[in-house]
Amino acid sequence: MVTSDKKGNPIIEAEVRIPYELAVGPTWYRFFEGFKQEKIFGTRCPKCNRVLVPARTFCPRCFVDMEEWVEVSQEGEIVAWVLTDYEYFGIPIKPPFIGSLIHLEGTDCTFNHLIGGFDLTDLDTVRKKVKNGMRVKAVWEKEKRGHILDIKHFTPV
Amino acid sequence: MGRPVAIIGSGQTKHGSRFDVTYPDLVREAVRAVFEDTGITADDIDGVVSGTMPSMMEGVALTHFYFADAMCSVGKPILKTETCGSTGVSAALTGYYWVASGMADVILVVGSEKMHEGDSQATMTTVAEPFYQRFFISGAPGVFSMQSQMWMARYGIPEDKLRDAAAKVSVDHHRDALDNPYAHIKKAVTMDEVKNAKVITYPCRLWDICPNSDGACAVVFACEEKAKKICQKPAWIKGVGYRGDEYWFGDSDKVVWQGAIEAAREAYGAAGISNPLKELDVAEVYNPFTFQELLYYENFGFCDFGQACDYTLKGTFARGGELPCDPSGGTLCTNPIGATGLIRVAEAAMQVTGKAGDHQIEGAKLALAHAMGGVDQFNGIMILGSEL
Amino acid sequence: MAKHFQTLRHDVWLPYKFAVGPTFKRFYEGLKEKKILGNQCPKCGKILVPARTFCPTCYVDMGEWIEVSQEGEVVSWTLANYEFVGRPVDPPFIGALVRLEGTDCNFLHLIGGFDLSNKDTVRSKIKPGTRVKAVWSDEKTGHLLDIKYFEPV
Repeated sequence: MVTSDKKGNPIIEAEVRIPYELAVGPTWYRFFEGFKQEKIFGTRCPKCNRVLVPARTFCPRCFVDMEEWVEVSQEGEIVAWVLTDYEYFGIPIKPPFIGSLIHLEGTDCTFNHLIGGFDLTDLDTVRKKVKNGMRVKAVWEKEKRGHILDIKHFTPV
Repeated sequence: MGRPVAIIGSGQTKHGSRFDVTYPDLVREAVRAVFEDTGITADDIDGVVSGTMPSMMEGVALTHFYFADAMCSVGKPILKTETCGSTGVSAALTGYYWVASGMADVILVVGSEKMHEGDSQATMTTVAEPFYQRFFISGAPGVFSMQSQMWMARYGIPEDKLRDAAAKVSVDHHRDALDNPYAHIKKAVTMDEVKNAKVITYPCRLWDICPNSDGACAVVFACEEKAKKICQKPAWIKGVGYRGDEYWFGDSDKVVWQGAIEAAREAYGAAGISNPLKELDVAEVYNPFTFQELLYYENFGFCDFGQACDYTLKGTFARGGELPCDPSGGTLCTNPIGATGLIRVAEAAMQVTGKAGDHQIEGAKLALAHAMGGVDQFNGIMILGSEL
Repeated sequence: MAKHFQTLRHDVWLPYKFAVGPTFKRFYEGLKEKKILGNQCPKCGKILVPARTFCPTCYVDMGEWIEVSQEGEVVSWTLANYEFVGRPVDPPFIGALVRLEGTDCNFLHLIGGFDLSNKDTVRSKIKPGTRVKAVWSDEKTGHLLDIKYFEPV
């Protein structure tokens, strides 16, 4: 049905909701089974010897299969962080939250997750507390479902 | 590099909030403008390239089907490219490759977007898969804020200096946009206003960030023979470069950004540029965020790593400086995503052919156009010159 | 034995606000008044429906607006018997191309007004060339489904 916007232009408002069912595949499956046991798995490339996390099927640079699975450290340093305090339609995590890149010890890439465990409502307080280079450690949910958010967040050590 | 190719003209819509027209009619506005600029008609076009954001942006899949009529592609071969923010440059490269290969003489390239018709952040986040990154990639502001963060920490840039440099970029470009008849945001801002604006994702504040814009841009690429026949002053493509990184944001360094460095290196190599700061007359750098623009200056070799703030505060990259960047106001003032990269190319072409009107850089002969796409994943560059 | 693979259920849910523009606005207003509006290209003379902003062949602005006939012949049709997200109506329904009298393109809409549950009955009733006529919904909101369907005459 045609309605009008604030300037009187004719518009049609609609919502599209499309369901998808994605194949998880053997690599994600094994990675998330590891989460259920509070383990973070990476894989090592036989060619360049890098350890990447999350575990991969293949090395994106060498293009060979990564078959060696390694349990990686749950601690590391913050490489980048951002406090998000705005919403968009369907945002999966309600703000405020801190998205971050964390270098888990012994790995050769950075891991995307949340920083938390303290009050996030005031930006200035957060800026004093969270710094690049700071050590953080994974905190797990009690109930696990084989999902990236089985790790609740990483918290300053 | 293939045979010589030139841009013989361009057209843009009045960018902004365009609820007055449907998407195809908006696209036609740009195509009519380029026909007027070049004097050619649909019959002179051998093929069409279309570029837009992921189709989810406007809720109609495969938008090049939707505006086939508006782009005059009926009865012609057509190619579509989607590389998120770098779409416009990818589309320009596609048109360029097509003519350079000898398989077409005249190609129309159209970039377009109608961002007000969708929820731009919700749509952009669909670029992140739902197993892992979807939860943490909090829209574009989140990604670029993280990148700026890393850069600041790596080179020990004092927060105040970074804040001042980014604010100067914002002040300069918002003033530049006042001299661009097509720009979306036309509002001069002061250093204080920028530094104290609402925080979106720290350190990015409201005036550090581009708007959502509706708009379209059309550019015509032609072979040497046609270009010399049709056009008084063609803008010649002197060099191109394009690189993509791994999918995951955490897999490679986005500060010393190999993808951006190598795309520039390839373009410079073909254009014979060894000192970009001295040899380029103007650069239309993709700049939806002020902080990220500073980082590009370093990755493109305009200055050393860690130096961009100093050079910026000195005025090196402002309109009166040694290498004016984004005299059109850039993406910061106008961002219809599928068109944005192509607008950079059109603006660069306008500069080297003396057609940039009130924001013309005097005597410009060599210009760089750039755009970036994805979660810091793709970088594309096109160098345009007034001489073959 | 069927192998079961693990899957991740994921919905993409996005809001939209489409600009209608002056051409569709006028066309929809016509539907509210039980009129089907087309327009004519001043260059090639073709009459197109729904009305357009520009002629796709000549690329010029369309000229005169015309109230076109609400009757025409079926050019092609198909009986849809399955559900999909985003369907216009619940199945079974017939999607069809109808050439409204006096126009130069085919109009896409539905055929109905009779029992669609038996496909042999349908096939005997509807053929290419069958004459049909628009039947209007009681409530009109300026939507293509203000025309409920086209019914065999």
